[in-house]
Order: sequence, then C-alpha cells, then structure tokens
Amino acid sequence: MYSYVWLLPGLPLLGSLLLIVFGPRLHRRIVATIGVGSIAAATVVAGLVTWTFLAHPPAGGGVTVRLWTWMDVEGLRPGIAFYLDALSVLMTLVITFVSTLIHFYSVEYMAGDEGYSRFFAYMNLFVGSMLTLVLADNLLLLYLGWEGVGLCSYLLIGFWYTDPANGRAAQKAFIVTRVGDTAMALGLFLLFHRLGTLDIQALLQAAQQQWPAGSVYATAVGLLLLGGACGKSAQVPLQTWLPDAMAGPTPTSALIHAATMVTAGVYLIARTHTLYELAPAAQHAVAVVGLVTLLMAGCSALTQNDIKRVLAYSTISQIGYMMFALGVGAWAAALFHFMTHAFFKALLFLAAGMVITAMHHEQNIFHMGGLRRELPLAYWAFLIGGSALAGLPLVTAGFYSKGLILWQALASPRGGTGLWAGAVLGVLLTSLYTFRLIFLVFHGELQHRPTHRPGWVMGLPVAVLSALSVVGGFVNLPPYLGNRPWLEQFLETVLPAPAEGQAPLSELGAEAVVSLAFLLGLGLAWWLFVRRRELATALASSGPGRWLHRWWYTDWGMDWLYDRLFVPPVTAFATVNRSDAVDLIYDGMAAVARAGWEGLSVTENGRLRWYAAAVVAGTILFVAIVALL
Amino acid sequence: MILVWLIVLLLVAGVLAAAVARISPTLCRWVALAATAFGLLLSVQLWIRNYGALAGFTLGEPRQWLLEFDRPWIAGFGIHFHLALDGLSLLLVTLTFLLGVASVLISWREIEDGVGFFHFNLLWVLAGIVGVFLAVDLFLFYFAWELMLVPMYFLIAIWGHERRVYAAVKFFLFTQLSGLMMLVAILALYFQHYQVSGVYSFQYTDLLGTPLTPRLATLLMLGFFAAFAVKLPMFPLHTWLPDAHTEAPTAGSVILAGLLLKTGAYGMLRFVLPLFPDAAHRFAPVAIGLAVAGILYGALLAYGQTDLKRLVAYTSVSHLGFVLLGIFVGNRWALQGALMTIIAHGLSTGTLFMLVGMIQERTHTREMARLGGLWETVPRLSGAGLFFVLASIGLPGLGDFVGEFLVLLGSYRAVLWPTVLATIGVLCSTFYGLKFVARAFHGPNTNRWALPDLTPREATLVGSMAVLLLWLGLYPQPVLKSFEPSLHWLEQAVSRPVVGFHFQTDVGGRR
Repeated sequence: MYSYVWLLPGLPLLGSLLLIVFGPRLHRRIVATIGVGSIAAATVVAGLVTWTFLAHPPAGGGVTVRLWTWMDVEGLRPGIAFYLDALSVLMTLVITFVSTLIHFYSVEYMAGDEGYSRFFAYMNLFVGSMLTLVLADNLLLLYLGWEGVGLCSYLLIGFWYTDPANGRAAQKAFIVTRVGDTAMALGLFLLFHRLGTLDIQALLQAAQQQWPAGSVYATAVGLLLLGGACGKSAQVPLQTWLPDAMAGPTPTSALIHAATMVTAGVYLIARTHTLYELAPAAQHAVAVVGLVTLLMAGCSALTQNDIKRVLAYSTISQIGYMMFALGVGAWAAALFHFMTHAFFKALLFLAAGMVITAMHHEQNIFHMGGLRRELPLAYWAFLIGGSALAGLPLVTAGFYSKGLILWQALASPRGGTGLWAGAVLGVLLTSLYTFRLIFLVFHGELQHRPTHRPGWVMGLPVAVLSALSVVGGFVNLPPYLGNRPWLEQFLETVLPAPAEGQAPLSELGAEAVVSLAFLLGLGLAWWLFVRRRELATALASSGPGRWLHRWWYTDWGMDWLYDRLFVPPVTAFATVNRSDAVDLIYDGMAAVARAGWEGLSVTENGRLRWYAAAVVAGTILFVAIVALL
Repeated sequence: MILVWLIVLLLVAGVLAAAVARISPTLCRWVALAATAFGLLLSVQLWIRNYGALAGFTLGEPRQWLLEFDRPWIAGFGIHFHLALDGLSLLLVTLTFLLGVASVLISWREIEDGVGFFHFNLLWVLAGIVGVFLAVDLFLFYFAWELMLVPMYFLIAIWGHERRVYAAVKFFLFTQLSGLMMLVAILALYFQHYQVSGVYSFQYTDLLGTPLTPRLATLLMLGFFAAFAVKLPMFPLHTWLPDAHTEAPTAGSVILAGLLLKTGAYGMLRFVLPLFPDAAHRFAPVAIGLAVAGILYGALLAYGQTDLKRLVAYTSVSHLGFVLLGIFVGNRWALQGALMTIIAHGLSTGTLFMLVGMIQERTHTREMARLGGLWETVPRLSGAGLFFVLASIGLPGLGDFVGEFLVLLGSYRAVLWPTVLATIGVLCSTFYGLKFVARAFHGPNTNRWALPDLTPREATLVGSMAVLLLWLGLYPQPVLKSFEPSLHWLEQAVSRPVVGFHFQTDVGGRR
C-alpha cells in the first residue's frame, strides 16, 4: 500500500490540472464530480494507508517512498519523496477527511458562482499542496508544499477578484506569510551547510549527534523556522493577514484559514521537534509567542462585529494554544488540539456560511439575533462547535485537547505556573467571546428573517463535523476518566512524551480550575449579552472602555503600525524613483556631450575670417607649446 | 561541422527570408520558422546524442569539448575560425533556437511592415548569439559579439514603440563602448601572450593561464567585465535595459531578455573567471555587492513601474543579479544555480514579454491605469500571466526557484549578509509580481474590455513554455547534469573557489 502514497497529493493535483485545463468548458455537475471526487478518492487512499500503517507498523516508525531525485548538486540530494510516520498519517487523515466534507459543502455553497470550476481547481490544488507539505521527506519539498498552500490561500482570498479590497487582502496574506518564509529559507540554508542534508530524518539525527544541548546553531535554526511558522500560522507578530483573509469564500476560510493550512507552522515545529529540544531558548520563544498570540487574539475576538472575523481571531488564538503546547514540550497535545480544532473550527465556519447565505451575505452580528428558531441546524452546530471551542467539560472534543495542553504546561519543566495561568486566562476569554457570538446571533430578538434555508448538501457535512466535535476528544482520555491515551500512544514513535515535573495541583484539580474559567466566561457572556445588554454597551462606550475596544478591535494597532513602519519606505522609494535615478548619471553625460557639441558647432559658422583667425591662433598655440616644452 | 551549420543555417535563412518576402510575407515567416525550428531540432538532437557523455555515463578520457571545428582564418595573426561545444554552450544554443522559434511565432501578427528585413535582422541576431556561445577564438568571439549588436539596433529602432530611436541609440552606445573596452583587453592579452610564448594566438585554450602581473590582470579583467556587466546588466550599468526592452517589439524583448543578457553571464563564466582567476577573486566582493544591490534595486523599481513592459524589464535586473551573485560566489551550488536561472529566466521572462505583447496587441496599451479586470474577458491569457508571474517570483516547482534557491544556498556558504539581503530580494519580487497580477488581470473591468482570448498559436506557445518550466522545476537533473562537466573544467581553470571567505568545512556539508 505504501507505494501508492504518491496518490495522496497526486489525485488532488490531477483534479486541479483537469479543472484548470478543461474546467470552463465542463458542465457544473462534472466539475463538482471531479472536484469532490478527487479529494474523496484521496481520503479513501488515506484511509487505506492508515489501516496498513496500523496493521503493519513499519520498522523504525516510518517509511520513505522515493519517487525521483529532485536535484543533485554537491551533496544536496532532495528527492520528490514522501515520508509516512504516525505524525504524517494523522495529519493526512484529518486533512483529507475535513477537505472532503468542505468540498462537498461547497458544491451547494458555490452553486451560483461564475467561477465554479476555478474554485474547485484552486481548492484541489490546495489539498494537493497541503498533502505534499505534510508528507514531504525533506525540507525542500516541504517548502514546495508550504509555498503552494500560500499561493492557493492568495488565490482563494482574492477569489472574487473584481473587488479590489479582496485583492488587497490576498496580497497582504501572500506578502506577510512570505516574510516568514524568508526567515525559513535562511533556516534551510543554515541547516544544510551545518548538517549536510535537508532530509528531515537524517537531519534530525545529525543534529542530535553533532549539536550539544543549547547549541547556538540549533537556537538560530529554531528561531528562523519559528519565523516561518509565525507567518503561515498567523502568530504574533505576523498574524495581521488572517483576519483580512476572511474576504475569501467561506468554505475557503473553513478549510484553509482555519482547519488545515494555518496549522502548517505547528506541523513544521512538531516535525523538527528534535531541534527545539536542543534549543531550550528557541522552544521557550515558541511558548511565549503562542501565549502572547492566544491572549491578544482572544481580546481582539471580543470586540469584532463581523461573524467571520470573530472566528478568524479565535483561530489565531487556538493556534496560539497549539504553539504554546509545542513550546512547553506537549508535542502530542498540540497535534491532538490540531485535530479537534480542525473539526470544530471547520464546523463553526461552515455553520457561519449557512448563516451568511441565509442572511443575504450580512456578516455583522449586531444585525443578526434570534436566529435560533429560524436556523436550527446552524444554531446547534454553533452550540456544539462553540462549546468545543470554549471547552465545555466532558462532552466536547476541545475540552480534552485543551485540557491536555494545559495540564502538561503546568506539569512540564519547560512550562510552569506562570505560563499555565496565562493560558487559563485564555480559556476564560475564549468562552466569553464564543458565547458572546452565539448569544448575539442566535438569541435575543429576531432582527431580520432569513430567506434562504440550506439544503442537505450543506447540512450533511455540518452534521458529521458536529458529531466529530463531540466524539473527537474520546481518542485520548485522561487518567481520571479511564486513562486511555490512544492518540498519545499512537504518536509516541515520533513525538516524545513531555518530561514529568512537579505540578502544584493534581490533574483533576487543574481541570477544575480550567472548567471554572470556562464557566466564568460563559456566565459573563450570558450576563453581558443576554441579561444586561445595556451593560455591555455602556462598558464599550465608557472612556477607557472605548479606547480599549478600539485598540483591540484594530488588532492592537499592529496593522496601523506596519502601515506606517514598513509600507511607506518601500512604496515611496519605488514611486519617487520610478524613472530610475541612476539614469541621471548617463543623462548627465549625454548632456555634457550635447553641450560640447553645441559649443563647438558655434565655431562652425561659415565665416572665412573666423576660420583664418582660428588657424593662426591654433598655430601660435601649437608653436608656443612646442617652444615651451 | 555541424557547429558551423548551426550558424550558417541562420545566416542563409536570413538572406532567404528577406528575398522571399517580396513574393509573400507569409512565406518569409515560414522560412524563418523552418530555420529556427530546424536549428532547435538539431540542437536537441545534439543534446540527446551527447547526454551520455555529459552525464558521465560513457567511459573514456574526459574531454573539454563535445564537438569542435577549427580552421585557420587569418593565419598571419593567429586567428582561427574555431568553434567548440560543451554542455554549457549546448544548452544555451538550444535555448537560443527555442526562443528563436518563439520570436518568429510571436511576430506572426505583430509585424506588418518590412517583414523581410525584420526576419533578416531577427535571424542574424540569433546567428550572432549562437556564434558568441560557440566561439573559442577571441577574435571570432568579438566578431560575433558585434554581430549581435547591429541587427538588434535595427529591430529596436525600426519596429519599436514610441521612444524607439532613443532606446536603440542608448542600447547601442552602452554595448558598443563596453565592447570596445573588451576589444582593448583582448588585444592586450593577445600581445602579452605573444611576449611570453612568442606565438600569436587568439585561441581561448592558448590564452588560458597567460602569466599576468596582478595590476595588468585586474585591468584586463575589468575590460572583459565591463562588456559583460553591461550586457548582464549589472547595477548601476543597467539603465539601457528598461528602455531597450520596453521600446523593442515583442520578439526583440524576448531575445534581449532571454538571450542577449545571457551572453553577459556566459562571458563571465567562459572568460572572466578562467582567464583572470586571481583578479576575479580579488574583485568578487565588489561584484557580489553590486549583484545584491541589483537584486533589490531591480525588484523595487519593478514594483514602482506603471507600464507592464517596463515592470517586466526591471525584473530582469533583479533576476540577473542572482546570476552575477552565483557566478562570483563560485561554488558548485551557486554556479549551478546561476546557470539554471539563466535558462529558467529565459523561458519565464521571455514568455512574460510575449504575454505583455499579446495584451498590447489586443488593448493597444501597456499602462496599468488603463488595464485591469482582464480575467473577466480573457481568462486563459490571464491565467497564463499568473502562471509566469509566479514562475518569475520564484514559486517552488517551477524552474526559476531551482536556480535562485541554489544560488542562495551556495552564497550562504560564502557570504552571510549579502545572502540575507538577496533572500529579502526574493521577498521583494512578491511585490512586483502581485502588483502585475492585481493591476492587469484582477480588479473591476472598468474599461469594459471585451477581447479575444488566446489563439491556438498563442496557446501552444505559452503552454509549451509552461510545461518546460514545470519540467525544469520538478526534474532539473538533466539540465544540471549537462552543466556539470563545464563547471568541472571551470573549477580546474580557476583551481580554487573564487570567494575567499571560507567557512570551516569541519562538518559534512561539502560532500
């Protein structure tokens, strides 16, 4: 079965190619069949691969499938080669499965759109690139997938290209993530020249052998790769592109900007975790970036009024949790949260898509309200997805994954009480902004009656994801609930278990604190947005409240800052120097030559006397020079 | 003998094309197409036949040249008609014929007046370029170098756009002045060689290793360097390029960007480094600095342009900066990267010029303010534009990425900070690339363009280029392998890496 691994990225890429070449001429039904079919087929392959992997685990935990040598220059021999281990199997399975659901949903969601085949072509290309990214056996191929998903993100954010605002959002996403990619590329150079290879497994092994703990190279590489991860995974300080990325079609937001692509940075760091274990400083930086991001984005989410932007900030914040987990050495927990997050965040976006189409593309949550009876499926989906996001104890997937992260952060020697407390504050914020969203959209008085009810094609994926948002957490049960850490055991061959340290609380006690934070957030949301709406309004319009609201609403003013710090020098230089100042030098030379020509042509005036005088003067001058010399 | 035929084919076809144009312009186009296509076939066949030798499959004494043709020309001065082919020149000749075919096809509708003389000039420029890539007698090389210049001047000055005369004269002056410096250097080297050996010879292999005082070596190196740096073009000698590229007819821009610039890079590799290894070594920091300046400056200026063609022209300054960087860094990665960039840039930027030409043919403008929203009316053309822009900004999986990645990888080993800046240059390429797409294809179609999409002729042309770029991006190995023997010889001639800032090679990176 392993020799068919290439079908995983191959099928979606083939689908994309077919749609690009023939798409515009094909009937919509055929377009949808190719678009969804290629992904569904890849999912089947992924299922078979997983089954084989579980039934006959490869020796050493991983198996490489090499198709051909990409290039071969002086020891640089990256292949077009795929590597399967527990980590890539898990990623592949989640990506293909969620992608299939979202593609299926899009068949109805995008039904009336002019760019129907273009949409599926881009989406298929995305899935193909994403699978290349997670299956790549070397960092260069990973980089190919990495840039590929960035491209698809750009194409899909700017999907409705006639509106220049969408184009700007798309360009911003591409450029900001490429800032991170620049750091990542430098990290690749450093790795290659120090360790002599870009093949991930060989490289990690070499690093372990050649670099001592705390090695300056490991730290540098760790920070450079973190730069790449910050760009792609929208972490502070490169998070500013993701909220704007919501300009794309909602299924895109669900798949690319929530469930899969934005977690690529998490994958990268998990994949290269050996380097971070050698570089505690870099790993600590990952934890701090994660914590800062999750808190900042949580605050921003509280102030947004666009339904998709709330979800976007919540995505940033949840990826912050994953980063935080990586930073404290809770490797498996980060991947666990990636999986549950893919389920419930995709669910929330798809449900938001239902609301948005039902409301004539209205996205302002203050213009909604009371939709709970009108859109029961969306309401339940939001309730389930939101509860999972906020971590409703025991019955939601998010509770288990986030609980694991928090517990290990507290217990691990690389974590600590301070970091843990910050993350618990994040739980309160999450619960608060999530239920604020749900209460504002679905409770209260009905403001506008929805006109359009979603059909079963949109309904089915939502139902499936709802179920997964509940049961998805049961794959890894904590000790106080039967102690069934299946997922952690599955990932054990790749990702080490976190070091056990001294925790000031028992695991159950820590869970109780987290649950309390959740309830506090829920209660506060209920108090402020159901019981006493005017209180929330008063709070937001009071002096400091308004100032704070504005600050958070604008993403802590970071866009403002970048627009003044980085954009003007570039545009000013390019605009002012449009006609190329260097050319002035040559224009100057031309002008001197021209002046000389003009000066000399004055002497050529056709008067004989003038010429005779010139000849005489010249002779005298010549004789004088000879005489003097 | 086949090497001579490659040149004669073009020269004769040029005359023939001019002659039959009186009967029918279409016949003239077919003659030109047949000649370039036949040349392409010949060179591809040469590549396939010699691939075993290049890739080191066939055993036997390694030779520097795959093929050679040597006849005394002006015996008294030691001038030979001496052509030789190695992997490097083979691929560059192949590229020449490929872009030659493209240039003929792209001019099919664009050129209406003076069809005969146009194709005469086109074919003669190509002949000059092939001569430059094949000549290993320095006199012959200079002859071919000048042969490229004059027909190109006419192509710009006669069939160009609004400011064609200005651009043509500027192009001529820059190239001619720097070419003269090279001529002086060639003659000085010739006489120096005579003083040492007592033999008059312009032969490349004879002149290699001519003992020179450091001062003289530097002066002569600079003479050669000047000619090649102008052609490349290197910052700050680049200002002829935007004018020439913008004003030239599409075929002219394709040849300029795809081929003429590459003769500069070729000259650096073939002559500057092997003839003056020590002087080049001392000069490397300056060249590297200017290369990086060019990368950033070109990218930012491209971003500032409002004329699509001028934008593409400035991107060449940026991309050829990578080539210069790779050449003067001089380790295997960087050199392979520079060569790969030469090939890939010829395809991607050449095609971008063709696409801009197609846009101009349809809309009669290149001004961004008058364009926008073209995707609505010409989705295939726009999709193609997007593809080649992505190639140009170094998307992995396409040819340009392989080249630029290898250059940066190699230069990282040699010089850290210039590499960091050059990597930022890749980021800057995103600015102009996305601007191109946003202003030409995206946005609202405010001018209500309703245009015909790609014709089968155009689609085939653009499609084949896309396939080639994908091939170079995903399986560049045949090309890299073909360069390897040439680089091996180069390294022997230079006998040590050009840049002296060695890292300690205590760890296993080097092999």
